[in-house]
Amino acid sequence: MSVLDIRDLQTHFFTDAGVVKAVDGVSFSLAAGEVLGLVGESGSGKSVTGFSILRLVDPPGQVVGGQILFQGQDLAQLSNREMRSLRGNRIAMIFQDPMMTLNPVLRIETQMVEAVRAHERISHAAARDRAITTLAKVGIPSPAERLAAYPHQFSGGMRQRVAIAIALLNGPDLIVADEPTTALDVTIQSQILAEVQELARETGTALIWITHDLAVVAGLADKISVMYAGKIVESGPTGQVLRAPRHPYTAGLLGSIPGHGRRGERLTQIPGMAPNMARLPMGCAFAPRCALAGDLCRKTAPGVSDIGGGQGYRCHYPIATGEGVP
Amino acid sequence: MLVFLLRRLAQSVFVLIAMMVVVFFGVYMIGNPVDILISPDATPAEIEETMARFGFDQPVYIQFLKFVGNALQGDLGRSFVHGEPAVQLILSYMPATLELALLGLVFSVAIGVPLGVYAGYKADRWQGRAIMTGSIFGFSLPNFWVGMLLILIFAVELRWLPSTGRGETVAFLGMRLSIFSSDGLQYMLLPALTLALYKASLVTRLARAGTQEALMQDYVKFARAKGLSETRILFVHVLKNIMIPIITVLGLELGSMIAFAVVTETVFAWPGMGKLLIDSITTLDRPVIVAYLMLTVLIFIIINFAVDVIYTLLDPRVRVRGEGV
Repeated sequence: MSVLDIRDLQTHFFTDAGVVKAVDGVSFSLAAGEVLGLVGESGSGKSVTGFSILRLVDPPGQVVGGQILFQGQDLAQLSNREMRSLRGNRIAMIFQDPMMTLNPVLRIETQMVEAVRAHERISHAAARDRAITTLAKVGIPSPAERLAAYPHQFSGGMRQRVAIAIALLNGPDLIVADEPTTALDVTIQSQILAEVQELARETGTALIWITHDLAVVAGLADKISVMYAGKIVESGPTGQVLRAPRHPYTAGLLGSIPGHGRRGERLTQIPGMAPNMARLPMGCAFAPRCALAGDLCRKTAPGVSDIGGGQGYRCHYPIATGEGVP
Repeated sequence: MLVFLLRRLAQSVFVLIAMMVVVFFGVYMIGNPVDILISPDATPAEIEETMARFGFDQPVYIQFLKFVGNALQGDLGRSFVHGEPAVQLILSYMPATLELALLGLVFSVAIGVPLGVYAGYKADRWQGRAIMTGSIFGFSLPNFWVGMLLILIFAVELRWLPSTGRGETVAFLGMRLSIFSSDGLQYMLLPALTLALYKASLVTRLARAGTQEALMQDYVKFARAKGLSETRILFVHVLKNIMIPIITVLGLELGSMIAFAVVTETVFAWPGMGKLLIDSITTLDRPVIVAYLMLTVLIFIIINFAVDVIYTLLDPRVRVRGEGV
């Protein structure tokens, strides 16, 4: 059974400017130990998808449709109390900015111990022991002493490790990581990526890695879902999607990454900007920026085409396999 | 830290000197105390004798230098009316005011912080709006009116609490205090509540603003993602972050509660420093007025200093480098 099964998730924001469909019919599923890379530009709805899973979407946002099945259980049906007992316990989350996620005026010890004791009747000492073990696991040197420190006494990378340790404390079945390495410098980023990957594999934790950087997920994720304007426009096994993207947007993202073996080649870029979510065009939301778009694209939104092997896309005029990057 | 302490000390000394000048010359300009000290039909010789006894026959600057010299030795003159040293006189009235101000402070925190945090949490709901509207009353109702209203309701109509006076006192560290006897406490409730009302509204508004801001921070969302209860988030994660502005304001307000509890003390006939000040002003008891104002300055200086120290306890980021890490 899959750990997480999201079906046709709809999360809308009811703003003065109109209803913004931040997440509009997103579906994916995740097995134990599997890593999903959720890729997209800012405002594509990838973070909102993450927060929807934890039921932590801030008003005026609201999950208005679809199902989020966690181990077969529909999260929307749970009471607030039941949902709270899952958060940080079975489903953990890591945030983007490590400078902001830890409370500046509480010791690391307080912030870790409370996370354990919110879910388990356990002594402070026992919770503290677990905190020390977990800090050591994420590579914090002399964890027992560091427990007494405050967040401002850690560097950004170390703070993110602490946040990751907090997510791991209760051995969750699913971790939602919302761009956790974006705010860090590149060397720290790759270290943390490698560590998280190993930890997830060790414990069988399913992982959703939200990012705007395809290069990050390339080495990490088992499968990729590319989001654009609230919809998943292409998804499939990582290798397959990266080797043979069918959606022009995925191809565009790939074309804009500098990489090995592409010396001297021109980097392409996707023209235009991410669309205004309150006023999406009729038809395919990507059409205005797409080189391959035809009249059909501007009239009707494409449905999902399943091409087998777990890969699917939403496009009327997909790139033929083997054609390469346009 | 030492540099910081020394700088603060130097500033304090300067403030004290400035206050001495302002207070002494300010008070010197008011009336002639001799008129009150002796009977109107005294002979010129008697008047002269009195003037000489109190040093009024000397030039103003000599009087001032003498005053400064004595002040440095902790002697701010002798009350014309009571014949006691002014400082000693004020200090004997101080415990009554101090305990009243402290209880008022406790009330304003106990009422203001929970209300404010709740109002911030429910900012867009009717509960939050109701608390905010209520706090406007706390702000705008004059102290003496609130005091009289409380007396009318609780002392006259309901007969639950005594209206005026201090009640039974208990000796504590050489001071007579009401706060430790249940009878005395009954006498304190109404004046302390009157004193606390304004501050409580102030704290409510501060706490609400702070809470609203803190609730939007990532660390609150992260705390929710950890599965913490809303109560813990509000009263541990949020509260500790909003205490700094509240402590700042309360520190200043505590000073003003001690120094200017005049109105409340008058309404409730509470025998504190405020009442002493009013009596001294009507009798032109110069040394007491001067000593009172000097002590007030001293109290403010001490409280501000204490507030700075409390900051470092509340916010680890203010703490001086060199410790930790």
